[in-house]
Amino acid sequence: MEVSRSKNRAKSKKEWLEQTLKPHLNENKERSISFTTVSSMPIERLYTLEDLANFDYYEKLGFPGEYPYTRGIHPTMYRGRLWTMRQFSGFGTAKDTNNRYHYLLDHGQTGLSVAFDLPTLMGIDSDHPLAQGEVGKEGVAIDTLADMEVLFDGIPLDKISTSMTINAPASVLFAMYIAVGEKQGVQSYKLEGTIQNDILKEYIAQKEWIYPPRPSIRIITDIMAYCMKKVPKWNTISISGYHIREAGSTAVQELAFTLADGIEYVKAGIEAGLDIDGFAPRLSFFFNSHNDFFEEIAKMRAARRIWSRVMRERFKVKDPRSWMLRFHTQTAGCSLTAQQPHNNIVRVTIQALAAVLGGTQSLHTNSMDETLALPTEKAVRIALRTQQIIAEESGVANSIDPLGGSYFVEALTDKIEEEAMGYINRIDEMGGMVNAIEAGFPQKEIADAAYRYQQQLDRKEKTVVGVNKYIMEEEKPIEILKIGEETEIEQKKRLQNVKNMRNAGKVKECLDRLMEAAHGGENLMPRILDAVRAYASIGEICDTMKKVFGEYREASVI
Amino acid sequence: MPEKKKIRLLIGKIGLDGHDRGAKIIARALRDAGFEVIYTGLHQTPEMVVQTAIQEDVDAIGLSILSGAHNHLFPSVLQLLSERGADDIKLFGGGIIPKEDIPGLKEKGVLELFTPGASTREIIEWVKMNIQPRQLKK
Repeated sequence: MEVSRSKNRAKSKKEWLEQTLKPHLNENKERSISFTTVSSMPIERLYTLEDLANFDYYEKLGFPGEYPYTRGIHPTMYRGRLWTMRQFSGFGTAKDTNNRYHYLLDHGQTGLSVAFDLPTLMGIDSDHPLAQGEVGKEGVAIDTLADMEVLFDGIPLDKISTSMTINAPASVLFAMYIAVGEKQGVQSYKLEGTIQNDILKEYIAQKEWIYPPRPSIRIITDIMAYCMKKVPKWNTISISGYHIREAGSTAVQELAFTLADGIEYVKAGIEAGLDIDGFAPRLSFFFNSHNDFFEEIAKMRAARRIWSRVMRERFKVKDPRSWMLRFHTQTAGCSLTAQQPHNNIVRVTIQALAAVLGGTQSLHTNSMDETLALPTEKAVRIALRTQQIIAEESGVANSIDPLGGSYFVEALTDKIEEEAMGYINRIDEMGGMVNAIEAGFPQKEIADAAYRYQQQLDRKEKTVVGVNKYIMEEEKPIEILKIGEETEIEQKKRLQNVKNMRNAGKVKECLDRLMEAAHGGENLMPRILDAVRAYASIGEICDTMKKVFGEYREASVI
Repeated sequence: MPEKKKIRLLIGKIGLDGHDRGAKIIARALRDAGFEVIYTGLHQTPEMVVQTAIQEDVDAIGLSILSGAHNHLFPSVLQLLSERGADDIKLFGGGIIPKEDIPGLKEKGVLELFTPGASTREIIEWVKMNIQPRQLKK
């Protein structure tokens, strides 16, 4: 691209390279032969206007609140309202976690985000043999509606929005949430929040699945259909790149596989006969924010642009609300180090800042001790304060997309878009994400990227402060949160009490009706809701569907 | 000179936790370093792991646990190995394991535990130094 110059003109990039840079480099070597992002994307020395050849502001950026939303989905972004500060939290029993929620709400958190323990994520009860040793460890244990009632005790569901990180058994936990609302006198159309409900990324990365992909997708379209009628303010899927990144993907892979999952859900909704403008505005996204500041910002800006184009051009969607990619962000758990854990506060700050400059709607900042255990109260408070300082002291929330127009950021946004579209097109050629997953394609790509990064660390080509550089030999351990064995004992006792007190005949009747619905084409949600109201356990409900749908088994790729 | 038997290792994920990034990286790094590696895949029980280890005649088992259930799962595997008369199969592991839990697990018979930040080289070196083919030892 020809750069127009005034009389006191600047040189062209080529002239600068020849006349200024080369002689300088002869005397002064750079720190490295090549520079790359944390995901190994090559980064040039300098970006100028010449790197944005054919750059059309209106086509690539436009304005905030307008297609293609590169600069943000709201016309005023954080000048109107700050992002939701939503710390992911859950441990031990429902009572323990309820106390933590009240603590976080008292300290200015504006939304709840529930972390469930592994047995709950896998749809099994606390007294199942596979659950032993895991109850309440990585999140809160929920077996029946009785637990859910305790979890939200004293928290008015018509005033707070709740995000629940639950996937394979999402329909069951969502039904429990609706039922708690009923008990509080809150009708379902008033409920606001999100269930993660992203089963495709489970097969790709997080690996907490129950059923094979196809029946799992049917459950999801049933939830979408149910919410359109009964819970219209609910976000039915949070299409998640977070876990894809934690599993070791690059930023581009995270973006591409997440959007490809999104495309698959849109296709499934259409195939299920749903009105696209009825469900598409309730799809939301969830990204990871890693250490490489500009790569993350560019990824988030590219995400909005790609999604709006896919929705408008590929699916011919008319309603602008369906074009907007709204997303939650979590800072990168996998970037935190057990060594010198206080350094993690700084990492989280950088990552959170990237998420804000990338235009997130909601943010979770990790606590410094999360690589060792679930966070202590002190650690989670610092993590929340990090967001508050960015929001209210740094000034970065005062102008919309402040990095828009930066030669570097725009060039990187374009590059990430181009590479992500390359992956999306490949997945389309494979017949969509379900086929790609069954072929092990995203799993293999991620495993390769994870291995490459580990080798870069081992060879010290990439630095992690405190781990492969600036190491301290002897470190004093920091205080961490312990979940005692009494949690499991207590939880099993609670489950047994519920089972003794409920109407066993009613439970059986509800489960039989659910099985019938699973065999046929009837929407599963009302049947699951009835079972939940009768205090059927998560394990009983999931096992009922397992009998019809079968179980998923992974072909392991290393 | 008789040909030296290649060391066979079982790398496993045990319990419900699906975070298999580390296990896969280690499995691949050990394989690239010349060991025979069998990877179990996810959601294995102690019984399944011990059964596979015996069937595959491995010299050592390396387990990755990030779920906090290490104090329950490592001892279960050790006990099962002992019950099946296979306690010459060495057990090592890694994952998110608090420092203060490590001495107790080692006392019970876990040979070594690698915590976050351990490099693949470190683990490969450790295996080279500490794991021998079982029949040569007898």
